[in-house]
Order: sequence, then C-alpha cells, then structure tokens
Amino acid sequence: MTCKKNISLSVNGVTRQAEIEPRLLLAHLLRDELNLTGTHIGCDTSQCGACTVMVDGDVVKSCTVLAVQADGKEVTTVEGLGDMEQLHPIQQGFWEKHGLQCGFCTPGVMISMIGLLKENPNPTEEEIRDALEGVICRCTGYQFIVSAVQHAAQLIAEGNAVKETTMSTGEGR
Amino acid sequence: MAKLIGTPQKRKEDPKLITGNGNFTDDIKLPGMLHGAFVRSPHAHAKIIRIDVSKALALPGVVAVYTGNDLVGKVKSVPTMWLLPGADLKPKDRSALAQGKTRYAGECVALVVAENRYIARDALDLVEVDYEDLPAVVHQEAALLDGAPLVHDDVAANLALLWKAGEVPEEEFQNAEVVVKQRLYNQRVIPNPIETRGAVAQYNPGSGELTIWCTSQNPHIHRMVYAGVLDIPESRLQIVAPDVGGGFGSKIATYNEEAVIGHAARDLKRPVKWIEDRKEHFMATTHARDEVIEVELAGKRDGTFTAIRVKNTANLGAYLSTFGAGCPTIDFGLMVTGAYTIPKASVVTYGVYTNTTPTDAYRGAGKPEAAFQIERIVDLFAQEIGMDPVEIRQKNLIPAEAFPYGTAMGVSYDSGNYHYTLDRALDIADYASLRAEQKRLREQGKLLGIGVSTYVELCGFGPSKVAGAIGFQGGVWENSTVRVHPTGKVAVFTGTSPHGQGTATTFAQVVAEKLGIPIDDIELISGDTRSVSMGWGTYGSRNTAVGGAAVAIATDRVIEKAKTIAAHELEVSVEDLEFSNGIFSVKGVPTQSRSFQEIAKSANFAWNLPDGVEPSLEGQSFFDPPNFVYPFGAHICVVEVNVQTGEVELKRYIAVDDVGRVINPLLAEGQVHGGVAQGIGQALWEGAVYSDNGQLLSGTFMDYTMPKARFFPTIESHFTETPSPVNPLGAKGVGETGTTGAPPAVVNAVMDALRPFGIKDLDMPLTPEKVWRAMQTRGENA
Repeated sequence: MTCKKNISLSVNGVTRQAEIEPRLLLAHLLRDELNLTGTHIGCDTSQCGACTVMVDGDVVKSCTVLAVQADGKEVTTVEGLGDMEQLHPIQQGFWEKHGLQCGFCTPGVMISMIGLLKENPNPTEEEIRDALEGVICRCTGYQFIVSAVQHAAQLIAEGNAVKETTMSTGEGR
Repeated sequence: MAKLIGTPQKRKEDPKLITGNGNFTDDIKLPGMLHGAFVRSPHAHAKIIRIDVSKALALPGVVAVYTGNDLVGKVKSVPTMWLLPGADLKPKDRSALAQGKTRYAGECVALVVAENRYIARDALDLVEVDYEDLPAVVHQEAALLDGAPLVHDDVAANLALLWKAGEVPEEEFQNAEVVVKQRLYNQRVIPNPIETRGAVAQYNPGSGELTIWCTSQNPHIHRMVYAGVLDIPESRLQIVAPDVGGGFGSKIATYNEEAVIGHAARDLKRPVKWIEDRKEHFMATTHARDEVIEVELAGKRDGTFTAIRVKNTANLGAYLSTFGAGCPTIDFGLMVTGAYTIPKASVVTYGVYTNTTPTDAYRGAGKPEAAFQIERIVDLFAQEIGMDPVEIRQKNLIPAEAFPYGTAMGVSYDSGNYHYTLDRALDIADYASLRAEQKRLREQGKLLGIGVSTYVELCGFGPSKVAGAIGFQGGVWENSTVRVHPTGKVAVFTGTSPHGQGTATTFAQVVAEKLGIPIDDIELISGDTRSVSMGWGTYGSRNTAVGGAAVAIATDRVIEKAKTIAAHELEVSVEDLEFSNGIFSVKGVPTQSRSFQEIAKSANFAWNLPDGVEPSLEGQSFFDPPNFVYPFGAHICVVEVNVQTGEVELKRYIAVDDVGRVINPLLAEGQVHGGVAQGIGQALWEGAVYSDNGQLLSGTFMDYTMPKARFFPTIESHFTETPSPVNPLGAKGVGETGTTGAPPAVVNAVMDALRPFGIKDLDMPLTPEKVWRAMQTRGENA
C-alpha cells in the first residue's frame, strides 16, 4: 500500500505527473488527483461506461484500468474534446439533438461514440445502437443519442468536405 | 411576443454537462475532507451479537468508526413521511445504524471514516461483526402466513397496513353476465439512476451550521427530515442538491446514510464524503413495485364494464420508506378504474414487511401498477367475450363530454379526449393492416402480437388539504420567485429540484415568452435550501404542472408591478399601457414607451417610484393546485415472438400521449422515450430477484438487465394536447407516461402473439426462457 509509483502521462495534451498507489484506478486518478471530474463512475463492474475515456486512441473504461497502466500514454477525457468556443462535433450533436438528460452518463457515451465514428464515419442506426452496447443511459431511451451521433457524423463529414475544398483551392496553406 | 411555449429549444443545462463541467455530488472536494464507507449486513435477518472495531481503528488513515450504539441520542431513526390514515399503519423507521438486529441484506451496521476512500474500504474488512442468522421471509404472501418469521416482533403477521377504499356489493359479481379474474404480479424493480446516491457534509463548529450536499430530488424535504433526525434547527441545516444524475423516484426518499454522514462531519469537525458504489446502491437504495394484484372485472356480454374489485398484496420491505405506504394504496388505489366508465370499484391493499430492501416510489409510483392491472384485465375481458381489444376500449373509455369526470374511486379527472388519442394511435399504427398482417403471418406459423393500452395517471398532487387528508407529511404546493436584476436579467427560483428534466430550459421558455426577453437572460436557481425559501421537489410529474405554474404566476406579478412603474414614468394610467415583446407602450402611441430593462433599472434604483410602490422588481407565488392533473394516452406495441427461442422482438412502439400543454416538444419527447424504455424494461427484462434466504441475486449490472440501445426499435412518439384546467399553463406532466403506458402495452402484445398457444398470462419480465417454457406446455402452467 505504501509503495508508491511515479507515473507520467499526457492528459488532454498536457503532461501530468503523479505519485500514486499502484492500485489506484485511472478513473480515480483523473477525478481525485487531476481534478478532471467530467469522467464519471456509475458502476463497479464495467457495464455502465460512464467512465469511458480514450487511451492512445482506444476507448477504455477508466474504472477498470489501473492508473499505472496509463503511464506514458495519451489520455483524452471529456474535458479534452472541446470547449464552448469550439465544441467537438459529438458535443454539438448531443446538444442539438437532445442526446442527454441528467448528463451523468454523457461524457462516457460521447467518448465511446467518438470511437465508433473513427472506425465507421457513417454508421446506420443499427450500427450506432450496437456500438452503444458498452454504455447504459437510464434517461433517454437512447433514441436521441442515436440522433446525436448521426448528427455528429454529418458534421464531421461536412467539416472534412470543407477541409478538402480549401485544400483543392489552395487556401489556408 | 416571441412564441416560445410549445417550441423545441436546445437546453440551457447542456453546455456544462457536455464539456465535463457539471457539478455532481462526487465532484465536490473540500479541504480536509474525509471519506466514509458503510459496513453492511450480509444477512437478510440476523441478531448482532458483537461488533469489534479495534482492528479497523488501528489501520493507519482511519479516523473513526461508528456503530449503532455510538449514535444513540445523537442520530434518530429516519421517519416515514406518509402516515396513511385508517389503515392501522404500523410504521417502522430505519435506524441510523442497525441496533440489535439487521432486517435486510445491505442494512448499515457501521460507518468507517478515513483519510481517503481506499483506506475506508480497506477498513470495512477489519470491522468484525458476529451475527446470529435468523430465518428470513422474502415474499409478501409468505410473510402473511401463520408461523412466518416476524420482521418486527411487534408487528403481527408482518402486516404494516391494511387499506380499503370503495365498495362493491357482492351481487355485482354474482349476477354479472361476465366476470374475469386474474392474479398479476407486478415484479420488484430497481430504479438504478446512473449516478448512485452520495453525500458530502460540512460542519461549522463555530456557527453550528451543517451543510449536506446530496443526491436529492427534494432538498427541502431532506432538510425538514434530517433536521429532526440530527436534532439541528432547520435554519442551521442547508441541503444542496447539486447536479443530480437521475433519480426516477429513488432520490425522493430520505435515508439513514446521508444523516449519518452529516453526524460524522459534525462529530469530527471535518468534511466527510460518502459515495455509494453500484453494489451498495442495489441493496441500499429503495426498490419499487413488488405487488401481487388480484383483479376481478364484471360486465356485460356486450362488453360494458360494471364493476371492479382489486386486492393488492404489496411488499414494503424491511422498514417503511419515506413514501412507501402511499404507493400501493393512494397512488395505486385511486386509479384502478383507469380510463373507463366503471360505476363501482373497490380496493384492498395489504402492505407487508419482509426481509428485503424497502420499497418506495419509482417513476409512476403505484400508477403503473394500476394501469397494468386494468389494461391487462380489459384485454382478458375482451378475449373472454370474443371482442377486439380496441373495440372494448372504445366502448368503455370515458367520453370527452363527461369531463371533469368523477370516478368510482372518488377522484375527478380534470380533462381529456381519450377516444381521440386512441384514434390517433390506431391511425399511426394502421391497426387494421396490422391485424391483417398478423392473420397472414399466423398462417405461416409466425407469432406477431399487437398490444394496446389506454392509460390515465394521476399527477401533480394537490391541493395540500388533500395531502393532509391522505396522511402525506408535507404540502404539495410549489413556490417560485422571479427576481429581476437592475440590468433586466432574471433569476427564477423554484422549489422543484430538477435532475435531468430540462427545467432550466422549460421554465425559461415560460418566463421569456411572458416578459418578451431572450431565454439567455434567464437563469434557474434550484436545489439549494438557502437559495430557495421552500418547496417540495421534483417527483410525481409535478415539476411543470405545479412548479411551472408557480413560475408563470410569479412572472405575471412581475409584469403587474413593472406596468405600474412604467405607467408612472409615462404619466398615463395602467389601463392605457400595453406590454408586448418586452416593451411597455402607451396604447396608440408606440413611441411613448419603456423597455422591460429600463423598468428593471427604475424599480431597483427606486429614484422615481409611484406612491406606495416598494423598490425592487420581484414576483413570488406559492401555488397550491386546486386538483390533480391526469395525463393520458394510447400506446400500441407490435412484437414478434420467436417460436424457437421465446425471444420477444419489438417491431414497433407507438406512443400517443396527452400531457396537456407541451412547453418544449423536444424535451417532452425525450421524457417519453426514457419512460417508455423503462416501461418496456419492466415488461421484458428487469426484475429484482432474491434467494429464499434474502440474498439479492440480481445485485449488479451483470445480473440485473438494464435496457440497452440495441433492445429498442425507434419509438414513435406523438402528442395530442388537451389543456388541464387545473393550472395556468394547462400542463399535465410527461415524466411518468412511459412507465405507466408501456408495460401493459408490451405484455398485451406478447399475450396476443401467444394466443395460438392458449397462454393467457405470464408474469413480467417476459424473458425468453419464460415465454419458451410457456409455449412448451401450451399455457398449461401459465
């Protein structure tokens, strides 16, 4: 218990160091040590997915990962997605389409859906519902989460289209 | 004036929540904060022989350990708040920490307080408790039998209450052309908001003030109750519900843990936090439903209903929870006749103690059970006389011209057009084609089922004198202050305590439309007993119908005062002024005007007010509704049962709900989706399971089936709008429609699918195994 470990990791692009107990969960490191309380904990058995974050681009449940396992890695939490000046398309989607009610599961659900959109930029409703398998939302009945993800996919596609247009016309170099 | 009521608006709540800037109870961190963890009974029923805390105390980092004996004279039991009259009620309150005996698995036995949550957890294993296991009783019918173990030695037959209402002469059933009888089990479910319960308490030893941040749907009720439990003046106890991650009824109740954490902070003079883990939540936070309902419906061969009688044997758990006595009695009993003209009705409810987690409200609280029994028995009646389930409903639904309609249970339904709502649902579903499709598929051996429910529910309790008459220990009015700052920006205070409903948006829509100012100029303040003088919280679909009504009236009072000031400045009489789009102008002379913001400044600066007008610009309302409101609707569910596996596939779900005036259709639809998902959840998947010795077998998300996204088709949600005459908004409440309408629609659909097998009824949840087994025995055991 007393033997502590030093770890260094990048969280939302910022290098963070911590001296921690080896048994400390990544979720607790983020919330209690680094004060990034946007990542929530809803269960003990990695079912609910409220704690979902990205580690080196992979979607993981931070309540089931030891903080020491994230040593040297890049972690992205909800706080790293976007702010009100520039929301991430997934945040925009959830806001526009009423994808959240109490908002407790939302950070994990959004991160989990970013994982989906990276692999499948244009998912069908069925594919979105399947990809939501790792999270539980008790408020929304999921329907507007599906709409939110579809909207985000569209925003990302439009954003990419804009980028491609500016590239081809030589602007913005 | 800009039209905002009735329009979809993005939520004002969302920016903080989507950027990770919410402030939930577990996000609160105070200097010097300690962490608590509870030792819980592993036995459903046991004597506590000995507790030894010395090893736990010796663990470095452990600051204190409390047992029941340590709290004697310091923390009282947490009282029930629904003292149902005329029911021979035997209230048994939860003690702060168990003393002498534990009565359900998960009951708190000791509290460990340590420097961090890991040490607190380590120390739990070091608290030694010797128990003498006692026989437990889990099921309510077993608990009533002679010789059953007694949960409380002084409560004979474990009977906590016996409630009767209404009368039906025996001849009504003896002489009836048709009597249909069914025993239904509305199984125990667990609300399971994704944020568990928790509390952070801070005590100021100088002032004697205690603040508890906790996951509450009604902080003023928590303040009133905990002030008594902790023997602290209400004026020195502040309860704050910060962002709350869902409640669904489970965060209405007042619990012992929050009070004990408050005491620990007071005793140790350091802040203490406790956050329930999910396994604890399953055992420690209230469960719901768990009612054995025997219903008899009498009527004529032509399909006319004449009388109903209902017996409900309800499992209340080991103690009487906050509003536990009301759910299977008042909430349930008053609604047993549903949406139909049934001239005679009677209900008897047996409320029973068992060695299980106490039961209390869950989204609907009694009304879903009432809707379930009437909607199921109506289908069975239709089947008995060979009538289509839609036709029998059309024959018996209360006609639109009969409102306000006095029911056999003595309540007055406010307004409605039940036939129209059903017609809309039939149109959307294309009911005739569905029946034709069913016939075609049956010939191919496929089991398509169509289920209908035409529910009505009772919401927005009021007036308060009725609350008094039914033993509800509190008022049911609601309070709002609309405060206009000198700049014309507005703070709206409400005594409701939203936790996901989007109230900051819907209330802002009401105020913005009335004042003619941007929504962004309005902030909602709620959930803090220091900010809001008084209120009764968010539950029972009362948020908009009662809380929103108070907001509307308070806003009207602001306009009234502002108008007086504007008239004075413009040197005209109030009658000569009009107010539109945020401008007070002289009728016929639009150039002579004052903006709302100008008047806000005038009112607050008070340099030039009319005689007798006090400074500042505020309106307040304490709105006590003259009656309940009665949302209603028609739900149609289409399923296909897999003959090979018993799996139920949801093909379509149509919800046509009438919740009175809709303030924000986007949010209203979201409420319907969530409610329907929970209602379908109860029908098909969810259920708390206890072993015979009282162990909760479905005690994690691995064992209790929480509905997932892939389980559902797109829910087709529509509204009809019949305004309620009960409040100035015409609103009725939307939160509980889904959990009320969906379970019977789904079960009726599955039973319809299983008709070729002669299966009349199966208990929820309709798991593949249950359905498959019933098909194998062709309903013989069903």
